[in-house]
Amino acid sequence: MATLTKALKPILGRQLGNTAKVFGASVNSQRGKPTYSGRIIPPPAKYGGRHTVTLIPGDGIGPELLNHVRELFRFSCVPVDFEVVHVDSASTSEDDINNAITAIRRNGVALKGNIETNHTMPSNHKSRNNLLRTSLDLYANVMHCQSLPGVQTRHKNIDIIIIRENTEGEYSSLEHESVSGVVESLKIITRNNSLRIADYAFRLAREKGRRRVTAVHKANIMKLADGLFLQCCKEVASGYPDIEFDSMIVDNTTMQLVSKPHQFDVMVMPNLYGNVVSNVCAGLVGGPGLVPGANYGRDYAVFETATRNTGKSIANRNIANPTAMLLASCLMLDHLKLHDYANMIRGAILTTMNETRLHTIDIGESVSLHHCLLLKDICTSSK
Amino acid sequence: MAGNAWRSTVSRVMGAIKTQSPQPRTFSRGIQTVTLIPGDGIGPEISTAVMKIFEAAKAPIQWEEKNVTAIKGPGGRWMIPPEAKESMDKHKIGLKGPLKTPIAAGHPSMNLLLRKTFDLYANVRPCVSIEGYKTPYTDVDLVTIRENTEGEYSGIEHVIVDGVVQSIKLITEDASRRIAEYAFEYARNNQRTSVTAVHKANIMRMSDGLFLRKCREVAENFKDVKFTEMYLDTVCLNMVQDPSQFDVLVMPNLYGDILSDLCAGLIGGLGVTPSGNIGANGVAIFESVHGTAPDIAGKDLANPTALLLSAVMMLRHMGLHGYAKKIETACFDTIRDKKVLTKDLGGNSKCSEFTADICRRVQDMD
Repeated sequence: MATLTKALKPILGRQLGNTAKVFGASVNSQRGKPTYSGRIIPPPAKYGGRHTVTLIPGDGIGPELLNHVRELFRFSCVPVDFEVVHVDSASTSEDDINNAITAIRRNGVALKGNIETNHTMPSNHKSRNNLLRTSLDLYANVMHCQSLPGVQTRHKNIDIIIIRENTEGEYSSLEHESVSGVVESLKIITRNNSLRIADYAFRLAREKGRRRVTAVHKANIMKLADGLFLQCCKEVASGYPDIEFDSMIVDNTTMQLVSKPHQFDVMVMPNLYGNVVSNVCAGLVGGPGLVPGANYGRDYAVFETATRNTGKSIANRNIANPTAMLLASCLMLDHLKLHDYANMIRGAILTTMNETRLHTIDIGESVSLHHCLLLKDICTSSK
Repeated sequence: MAGNAWRSTVSRVMGAIKTQSPQPRTFSRGIQTVTLIPGDGIGPEISTAVMKIFEAAKAPIQWEEKNVTAIKGPGGRWMIPPEAKESMDKHKIGLKGPLKTPIAAGHPSMNLLLRKTFDLYANVRPCVSIEGYKTPYTDVDLVTIRENTEGEYSGIEHVIVDGVVQSIKLITEDASRRIAEYAFEYARNNQRTSVTAVHKANIMRMSDGLFLRKCREVAENFKDVKFTEMYLDTVCLNMVQDPSQFDVLVMPNLYGDILSDLCAGLIGGLGVTPSGNIGANGVAIFESVHGTAPDIAGKDLANPTALLLSAVMMLRHMGLHGYAKKIETACFDTIRDKKVLTKDLGGNSKCSEFTADICRRVQDMD
């Protein structure tokens, strides 16, 4: 049945595809199994074409932004139901986050706000966001930074895709205090994960028609660790002769990003450098309120804002910019193959930003605009 | 001539008798001798330029040129020539041009060698927007202070099993306290209002947590300077959008490396950024951080601004604020005028013409 579906899909198009999806679900689950093209099939719809997605509100501005997403989806009649799972960042037990992980395993897709990490807690209390990423093996964090025409920035026409290794590197949380006053923190780089992320980067570059992949590293100082990463990237690059490959040291990269950002196309890097570079790029295109991010694993996908800010200082004041979260929800719809809805919502958002020019306070509007008004405008444009 | 020799001997004796302390030294009389390391590539040209400008400004500085090409000492360990080490230990202040590390030389990088020899624990980079050299960022005025001895760059790495590499980031209480103390003292001595500690303690709880704790403890003793803490990613994000909100930033090694180069990029690159390394025992080496540029070496095309601004930083460190202001103003005026700029600043004049213009302005100021 599965192979017949695959064979018929290109010929008979979307209509049969939907039916086949339902049949496919009842015979054997296709989730997590890469198709002939290597793409991951999203989880099957539950009832009559409606998907269920896990929603983790998080802290700070997360809950209010995700409420907006829900309102917008309801307004636009998007066939997505949200299963809300709360994670209490103040509690020390891991039950909450384990519930969330189970829910994501069940549904396959999630949309989340950032969960705050209180760093005065002892070090056996791991960062909840990190725990989520490593448990679900969401190995690739993809961020597409694009300049929006309606937003005033110092650099124009930026278009960079950043692919960041999401599970190992400096974020392994393996630390120990050998002697009082001397702390060691381990940075782990493995061949398998480096090959995996490099392969993901090149496949994505090919899929999107990009011409160059740049690996960002510090192999002149960390010769073994980043040296291994760089070597893996080079190995994978040799399998994609149509895509140019070069490498750059991370401090030079940040310098070039603030002076000549247009030289970059697709960038791939280990975890910590990814954090720095993605924040620099988000700042270049207009701030944390504008860029969506996606975390992909083999079987699961979690969508959030690219810079993962909790935004405690602007929470509940109705001034947060919902664009990043709304665009993240569009990425989620694309992942669920609901492309029409994704394009409709995306178009509405961009119209509001660029033509109607309703802006929130973070991108330069001098009067604080209630983001509900913004949302209403998006809803109106989407009809 | 004899008078000069007498004065320099007196000042040398005075310098030797003076107690060691990390505070900036004030030399209200006498000529201070500074060890000059011209370096490779364009190093000699820009060093000559700086010496000329200092002469025109009549600054009380005497230069002692030394070479630091690594030699193999007893026991097979690479070290810098003993005369250079003696000279630095005696004079305590050094000015260094760009050094190259030949690839197959077998010895570690020259900068690393100098750092280990003099225990240069703090790297200070003031980044100020230069009027006349336009970048998209016009209101930068911050200082990055980076811990220079440990952290991610301790060089401790091993292959655990084939395909798994572990790199160790080392944070110690002593080094963190030392750098925090230096940062707050710098802020106080240079009339800076706030110090921000940059960290990632949400992920690296113990290591950056220790660094942060030490910074907080030291902040208690410096109540006149405001202390804040910020995550590395937030700093990067805000730096690129609005750099004017930052004042003094203090951080461990890797973050410092990335952020100081980011800030250098904001003001126009390494060709116009000064830098200073502060060591234990009162040693301070000021340097230009750009490369040796072998393709333009010897052709009188180099831009001496980076080394000149580092030398100005050196004058401030020594307490000679008047001369520092004079030379810095002359340099900025020349760049603002845009008549005799070197190629990398957008003009097509020679290094000697640029230097001559600055000398002329300095002399006119008297």
